[in-house]
Amino acid sequence: MYLRGWKTFLTESEEFFCVYGGAYDFPAVLYFFYSLEEAKKTFFRLLFPGICSGKKREGGDSMKKGRFGLHGGQYIPEILMNAVIELEKAYEHFREDPEFVKELETLLHEYAGRPSRLYFAEKLTRTLGGAKIYLKREDLNHTGSHKINNVLGQALLAKKMGKKRLIAETGAGQHGVATATAAALMGMECLVFMGEEDTRRQALNVYRMKLLGAEVVSVKTGTATLKDAVSEAMREWSSRISDTHYCLGSVMGPHPFPGIVGDLQAVISKEIKEQLLEKEGRLPDAVIACVGGGSNAIGSFRHFLADPQVRLIGCEAAGRGIDSFETAATVNTGKIGIFHGMKSYFCQDEYGQIAPVYSISAGLDYPGIGPEHAQLHDIGRAEYVPVTDEEAVNAFEFLSKTEGIIPAIESAHAVAYAVKLASSMEKEKLIVVTISGRGDKDCAAIAKYRGEEIHE
Amino acid sequence: MSNLRKAFEKGKAFIPFITCGDPDLETTGKIVREAVKNGADLIELGIPFSDPTAEGPVIQSANARALAGGATTDKIFDLVRELRKELTIPLVFMTYANVVFSYDSERFIRTCAEIGIDGLVIPDLPFEERDEFLPICRKYRVALISMVTPASSGRIAMIAREAEGFLYVVSCLGLTETRDGISTDLASIVRAVREVSDVPCAVRLESSTFEEAEMAAHEADGVIAGSPLVKLIEHYGANAVVPVGELIQRMKNVIR
Repeated sequence: MYLRGWKTFLTESEEFFCVYGGAYDFPAVLYFFYSLEEAKKTFFRLLFPGICSGKKREGGDSMKKGRFGLHGGQYIPEILMNAVIELEKAYEHFREDPEFVKELETLLHEYAGRPSRLYFAEKLTRTLGGAKIYLKREDLNHTGSHKINNVLGQALLAKKMGKKRLIAETGAGQHGVATATAAALMGMECLVFMGEEDTRRQALNVYRMKLLGAEVVSVKTGTATLKDAVSEAMREWSSRISDTHYCLGSVMGPHPFPGIVGDLQAVISKEIKEQLLEKEGRLPDAVIACVGGGSNAIGSFRHFLADPQVRLIGCEAAGRGIDSFETAATVNTGKIGIFHGMKSYFCQDEYGQIAPVYSISAGLDYPGIGPEHAQLHDIGRAEYVPVTDEEAVNAFEFLSKTEGIIPAIESAHAVAYAVKLASSMEKEKLIVVTISGRGDKDCAAIAKYRGEEIHE
Repeated sequence: MSNLRKAFEKGKAFIPFITCGDPDLETTGKIVREAVKNGADLIELGIPFSDPTAEGPVIQSANARALAGGATTDKIFDLVRELRKELTIPLVFMTYANVVFSYDSERFIRTCAEIGIDGLVIPDLPFEERDEFLPICRKYRVALISMVTPASSGRIAMIAREAEGFLYVVSCLGLTETRDGISTDLASIVRAVREVSDVPCAVRLESSTFEEAEMAAHEADGVIAGSPLVKLIEHYGANAVVPVGELIQRMKNVIR
């Protein structure tokens, strides 16, 4: 059982490594090791009692399958249980299958263009006069965002499972475009659910999906945004399981999705680590990524979780501010709940009704957060900070003018916080910011935000 | 014998499903009384949720109408408290896990017991996660109702063996009410249940045809009618009391 306020530490002295955990600075468990590898294993085990093995654990109610501390789980209708069990078995099998691993690596390399660049933003760094800023350029991937990393893995898995049809939800349209792309490549049918509100603010991506051969369903129920698209995709999956794979786009939903998507996105931090060690010979002091459901953030954090000296910072969409009702900052304003298959933090009212959240960014406009993030927050391993629409739009413009890189409005939330943080840090410090996607899709909406209408 | 089992003692049980607060709580109260008069054996009361992911469009709209009309968990508890003064019919709540969890699970289930709710149906709580509420339900003797579906192959025995109160059978693949007709394998689902348990099986109807009700009642111990009644409420609003009562009476006669 993990309590709020519980923290886990790994420290190093001249003779040994020490791993300890506890709440309120009182070490409840304490281990000593002579090897760093062994220490890291234990650190991980304490940090993630649920995910190190997908196996069902004995004991208390918070130790079930797919748990991240007390978060996660499989809170879905009975009708979907066999589908997620089938998916879990297939994933456990194929992730160890050398042929599958090789096929996926080839796709990521040849088709998606990995590894993505780790770019030293020299001009940005000089302008701010603080820490050195590196940008992890996920925007340079095929389809223009990190979403392709997850989608290629899941589409390949679905194909191996004999599925002929991919369905997906999408907010900004990046995940929908990536799914439509993978479906086109692998000769599969594709159906994408998108909130009606989002089809308006991301019209370009709707056209891209159709061009790629996908059918786009405009979801009009509820708030007509990302959460309703997820609900509708779950309903569709319930009515047609045998030939259909639900290609979920973030580290959320029922087990095994948060684990699968996190594993597939972990390539981001694996590369950051290698690339930065090559360029700087050391680890970064901070890694910053935007968080909606949280897939690019988990991807950026995963390989640094056992390096406690690296600050991990997730930037939530605060919309018009965390004191207003128009916000999507889940960790900062939500409370623990059960929704969309998982226990985690959600924006909700006193009776558990899910709140109609708001952000300028369609990709971060979601009332929940992935369970692994909820756990990282609980144990204090990652920080979650709110960034407003205005700050994100400023960063969107600032990065475009300083570096000639137009970030997605989602990624601009991370840039905004990096700008603040870098200026307050010493020059020898290193910050990595994940640019999760490119901003072409956002130009019309940002122009409108600034009072300018663009007609194509 | 539990109050729930009594519903299945006098032949096939008819179980209307009503979303509380659609269009307002006063009408819900009247519909419940009318349902009892017209032969309902057990009533499933829905507590509305903003995002009912296991429901099709008809019941989604009912949830939205109820929330827009100001229905809350506390007001629904008050309604049941009032109804219990005059009614002995078994009552179960149907709602989503977050409605229970956010109220504080223990406080929610304790209140259910206090006001005379006999069971809980939670569509987003599969067998694997039932420990979330089961220990508390046992403590307060509120039955946690299990569900099986045509997509539950290989799981029916496991679920039926531990089922409490009655077993809720979702009759066709897909969400409630979006598909027409009854699933052909209802008989085999009920057979699989019977091999391990004598728990009564109640089948959720998906259409308002009397043939479907009759066929379901032939295989199972009871039928649950949701969307046929909700459609009437959608159409007649506060004037739905009489037509809903009439439909209940006709369906009860068909399955008898």
